[in-house]
Amino acid sequence: MTLVLNRIDDRLIHGQVVVGWGQPLDVRFIVLVDDAVAASDWEQELYRMGVPPEMEVRFHSVADAARHLDTYRTEPQAGILLTGDIGTMARLVIDAGVRDVNVGGVHHRAGRVQHLRYVFLTPAEQQALRDIAAHGAVVTAQDVPAARAVPLEELLVTREGG
Amino acid sequence: MSDAPAIALVAGHADFAAGVVSAVDLITGHGGRLVPIQVRGLCGDDIQALLRERLTETGARVIFTDLHAGSCTMAARRVLREVPGAVLVAGANLPMLLDFVLSHEPDPVTAAIASAERGRAAVTVHGGPA
Repeated sequence: MTLVLNRIDDRLIHGQVVVGWGQPLDVRFIVLVDDAVAASDWEQELYRMGVPPEMEVRFHSVADAARHLDTYRTEPQAGILLTGDIGTMARLVIDAGVRDVNVGGVHHRAGRVQHLRYVFLTPAEQQALRDIAAHGAVVTAQDVPAARAVPLEELLVTREGG
Repeated sequence: MSDAPAIALVAGHADFAAGVVSAVDLITGHGGRLVPIQVRGLCGDDIQALLRERLTETGARVIFTDLHAGSCTMAARRVLREVPGAVLVAGANLPMLLDFVLSHEPDPVTAAIASAERGRAAVTVHGGPA
């Protein structure tokens, strides 16, 4: 197995990740890449308490993550790579060879426009996703396994909620 | 619904909170003691802000959430760092909330802790492989 999902989700570890994806993919570890969480023992403990006992969480800063991903890709069990924002995943695409990117949850915030029920983007974030694709990664939006994976071009032209 | 003041927030995925609070109200008439929190489409920071705002508005010191790993639970744990003595109960179910709203315990936090045990004990399995 390997990293079976490379997900952008601003809620980081939550129900869709642990249960929605984690159970059907038999995920045994999550690689959480976030500078703030990597610097906080309290935040790390919070996320550790959110996963079942058989699932491990490994925390890395953005700068630190790239040199560990090759090792994680060779592990016999399935894992999820998780970032809280598009910029962090873009770094991992460029620096660590991530080739498939799942946009799983980028929620409402001032300046963002709704594209899907669970994806809101600023113009800069739209461009960042295009940049990720330009580096050779396949970008799709999909909140849960049972949903359809929405291709990037369709995601970017879609507007919901007015 | 009764006119009794709200004493707890209920937050969860999709329409969980509204659904379970409506069930509590149907059974007891005390659904008004619970404030359902809808978080669909909100990021983690906004969920935190919403919970903080509702706690301040209502004076509640109890939050029930649906799932241990859920984003509402994560947000509630962060908010409760700022509210000494408050309590979060994750994994809420209908029997738990019924017990809570019907409790004669004057302190909602104590009532929530007791109702958590009642909710845990209320899960039963019937039938199965012969």
